[in-house]
Amino acid sequence: MTTRQPFIENYLPSLECQVLQDNVHSIEAVNLSKVYGSFTALSNLNLKIEGAKCVGFLGPNGAGKTTTLKMLTDLIRPSSGKALIDGINVHTHKRQALNSVGSVIETPEIYPSLTPREALGMIAELRGVKHSEKKRRIEEVVEEVRMSEWIDKRVGKFSKGMKQRICVASALLHDPSVIILDEPTTGLDPRGMSEVKDIVKSLKNKNRLIFMSSHILSEVADICDEVAIIDHGKLLVYDTLPKVTAKFSGGETVLEVGFSRPLSDGILRSTIPAISGVTSTERRDEMNVILRYNGTVTAQENILKELVKLDGGLISYRPATSALEEVYLNLISDSR
Amino acid sequence: MSQVTSAETTNMGKAPSNLGQVGVIMKYTFLDYFRSRRFFILLVIALVISAILTGVIGYYRPASLMASSLGFYAGWWGMSATFVVALSGIFFGGDAISGEFQNKTGYFTLPNPVRRSSVYVGKWLASFIASTAILTIFTAITLANGLFYFGANVPYQFGESVLFAWFYLAAVLGFTFFFSSLFKSGSYSILVTAILFLFAFNLVQSLVSSLAQIEPWFLLSYGSQIIGNILTVPYPAHTAITSFGPEGRGPSFTTFNVGIPEGLMIMAVYFVVTAVLGLILFEKKEFN
Repeated sequence: MTTRQPFIENYLPSLECQVLQDNVHSIEAVNLSKVYGSFTALSNLNLKIEGAKCVGFLGPNGAGKTTTLKMLTDLIRPSSGKALIDGINVHTHKRQALNSVGSVIETPEIYPSLTPREALGMIAELRGVKHSEKKRRIEEVVEEVRMSEWIDKRVGKFSKGMKQRICVASALLHDPSVIILDEPTTGLDPRGMSEVKDIVKSLKNKNRLIFMSSHILSEVADICDEVAIIDHGKLLVYDTLPKVTAKFSGGETVLEVGFSRPLSDGILRSTIPAISGVTSTERRDEMNVILRYNGTVTAQENILKELVKLDGGLISYRPATSALEEVYLNLISDSR
Repeated sequence: MSQVTSAETTNMGKAPSNLGQVGVIMKYTFLDYFRSRRFFILLVIALVISAILTGVIGYYRPASLMASSLGFYAGWWGMSATFVVALSGIFFGGDAISGEFQNKTGYFTLPNPVRRSSVYVGKWLASFIASTAILTIFTAITLANGLFYFGANVPYQFGESVLFAWFYLAAVLGFTFFFSSLFKSGSYSILVTAILFLFAFNLVQSLVSSLAQIEPWFLLSYGSQIIGNILTVPYPAHTAITSFGPEGRGPSFTTFNVGIPEGLMIMAVYFVVTAVLGLILFEKKEFN
């Protein structure tokens, strides 16, 4: 773990340079610690995320992810340090701090005798959603989580996945600017997972700050712009996804490129490596290639243009999950 | 880039005051209770007690109850009201707070901009209203029987006794909420409060007053005696010693009868102390 500390110290200041402008939404942990007797669940976490983006929060079981999110929503108190939302201390000024926050922590249960309409009505009223807006808004968010046909059925009869969807709906009800999600796809079937992922993606397009913990690296790679990885209650790394993967791939960024037709060896071994910035290619299967490159987003854009020109039926082009997985496993094993 | 809205408002409106949020929690918790199986079970218990009393009294017409309207209300209401109140408190208050942890409903409510005290008070009020509904039904059946046998001649002491029963309900709910905050398991908190109210308090009261001859002023069940005592004319003496054996030379037992101011004081202290302690515990408790 200590071997990673210099990296973090060197890296975090570069993030602080990214301060976008005043009055952007922010989530901040300042020397945040949580200790249970002799067990340290979280140790001096310093992390500031701000702007309109989605940040993935990764770590193995017991790393301190949920502990952090619970302190950010005042479900537990910090042993020391502060949890801030938009600069407001969550523990001392909960009402103000959580006013613009929507969250789903763990797998909440809803009062079983209530219907989703009523349960969400309670949250809407607690949050002061205007009476004229309440009905429309509840129906909107229930539609968003694909639960419209269940809106007037009692929650007690729902499956875990259905309840999770209603909880996601409750987090969106007041049109929050900051969203905190603790493994939001837990307990959902593949279709549900895909739908929740789509919802989170759509939220990204609405200028929100999303902080989402997950075990599923592909989910984070697919949804998030930035990633923070913790283990043993300590932050190991926080940066944009390409930078994190590049940093731990010798400065290279790894992409997964998919084609609709089988790719010839000639294209794989000669044409693609000849594109400016590309350092190596590796066949994953007949129609998918792992591509490594050096450079910025501009280089990435140029590579995409060149790949399109190949006329090989380019159908997907994204940061490789495997790269994140590699980084994750390296970091976690180093910290143990 | 979206701008930070005022801390007091969101894109959809402004969070109500703490008191307003108490009302919201109360409304929806009561709705949950009202539709729950436990409300139905408690209602059935109250109706069964009432039915048994109606049948037994109607059939046997015991002289002690039929001698006067006061005797009737003392026999019917004085004997059973405290049981109904204690049962309501256990049913609705026993896991009101611990359930937030055990059932994880707290994860749905508390990450919102709402103080825990608002949730606590709102749930307490919902439990009080739900218990009141049960107690009102029981009171109405008692009154209906009284009107049937004695007409509109309802003694004013019955009104006082009903009022005391509501005082007792507040104290019982304060106490059950305290235990509900103490434990994270709803089953434990219900079990502990049930044992205390249905057995332990009465047992300790008997032992302390009869054997140690100490006035059990520290027991809520002792304070609740005013509910039945007010229906006795004249009001029972504060201390009564009953001796057994020939010429009263055998063992003697002391019985204490709580006075009205003392009984009200015990209930008030129980309510205030346990409700405040329960709130403090809930504020401190973490969702681990």
